[in-house]
Amino acid sequence: MGTLCLACENVAFSYENQTVVSDLNFSVEEGDYLCIIGANGTGKSTLMKGMLGLKKPASGRIVLGESIQPGQIGYVPQQTPAQRDFPALVGEVVLSGCLSGGLGKGRKRRLAQEKLDLLGIADLWGKSFRELSGGQRQRVLLARALCAAQKLILLDEPATGLDTEAAEDFYHLLLHLNREHNITVVMVSHALREAFAHADHILCLSHDGYFFGRTEEYLESEEGRHFYGRCRT
Amino acid sequence: MMRYLGEMLSYPFMVRALAAGVLLSLCAALLGVSLVLKRFSMIGDGLSHVGFGALAVASALDLAPLAVAVPVVVAAAFLLLWLSASGKMKGDAATAVFSTGALAVGVMVISMSTGMNADLNSYLFGSILAMSGKDVALSVVLSVAVLVFYGCFYDGLFAVTFDEGFARAAGIRTERYRCLLAVLTAIVVVLGMRMMGALLISSLIVFPALTAMRLCKSYKGVLAVSACLAVTGFLAGLGISFFYGTPAGASVVVVDILIFILASFVGWCKKR
Repeated sequence: MGTLCLACENVAFSYENQTVVSDLNFSVEEGDYLCIIGANGTGKSTLMKGMLGLKKPASGRIVLGESIQPGQIGYVPQQTPAQRDFPALVGEVVLSGCLSGGLGKGRKRRLAQEKLDLLGIADLWGKSFRELSGGQRQRVLLARALCAAQKLILLDEPATGLDTEAAEDFYHLLLHLNREHNITVVMVSHALREAFAHADHILCLSHDGYFFGRTEEYLESEEGRHFYGRCRT
Repeated sequence: MMRYLGEMLSYPFMVRALAAGVLLSLCAALLGVSLVLKRFSMIGDGLSHVGFGALAVASALDLAPLAVAVPVVVAAAFLLLWLSASGKMKGDAATAVFSTGALAVGVMVISMSTGMNADLNSYLFGSILAMSGKDVALSVVLSVAVLVFYGCFYDGLFAVTFDEGFARAAGIRTERYRCLLAVLTAIVVVLGMRMMGALLISSLIVFPALTAMRLCKSYKGVLAVSACLAVTGFLAGLGISFFYGTPAGASVVVVDILIFILASFVGWCKKR
């Protein structure tokens, strides 16, 4: 047993008075890479909001591991159109991740620079955020998330709007962070090929129940074979 | 030049207009950056129409104008934010409803109480004579509040403006920022609208921010340039208004438009 990062215990969520997720049980341990997949409307985004503490479950509870304080979850949301023309320097955006913890100015700056180095974009500090490519912007948002949380990051369809090459780069970067730096990754994704190749756990939500387990187990299940066949064609 | 300035400042009403106007422009410009970036540009316009309705009712009932207008407009700002946040009504639709509704009520009240006269004109397009000593004092208090808000909560304000979802996940109480933004905007609108006019006050909020965004890459830069441009635009507009006898509000807006066009051109040249 590794150290617990996050667990859902008998969790149910409702959205506009309809139950979208019910009786959900799963846990994420330190160093795991979990992909949450499933068709539209099965509650992936709602579950994500629940894990971030933005939405209370209708029943059950979501528990954070002892080493993680509330607010210390690194969130990489989907990019909004408003952000694409937001006037800010990359440095300002990354610094906005260092909010909790009451760090001094110098420490914040060092932390932010360290995360940019880690993601290979140290030279972008003084660049304008709106002039970056989609892939670079996503890396900057990832750096911001890593400033907020050292151990656990949650991503909501991070490759939306990226071209194939940039998306692939981004997934490899995530894998690197997970394997080499032991950062726990929880991601909602439509990119099944990368999900099956990189994630060690899969949570597949559907309208009549869910699957949670190791990726190999999922691929051997009937549902998994069906999905996997689809993403190979 | 100095002689003209001396002449301008020899009138007490000009000194009051100048002092209050500079402070209000500064506040409007700072708040405007957040409002424009959060796609709330039209909120200032909607609130100024509500303010017009409230002022009309206050004068018909012979009540103190600010004592009626400030709470009504603050309440309208909360209601607008709540409507769009809860999804009960789209934000732009709600603003349009408030805007036209309050305008209609205001016009009805004015026509029933005093008849359509100069009053209506000065409400809609502003009057340079409107600023009293009390307004100047309130403007000082308000601008200190806005500067403290920006100074103390700069980091949180940036995070909320840039990405509300991330900020909430990081434990920031984003609703508080929204509320504070709404209250401060409502007060700027009410204080400024009698000089600038109900139809023109929202330009103080929108133009400097939009212009600054064409010139600056950093958020800090946008805030600083927006504040400077707002004050410059106001002073130039007021000068034109005094020497050519044009309405103060419209003169300021025309100067702001010219600055905006110039900045767009500079921004376009830089990109090429």
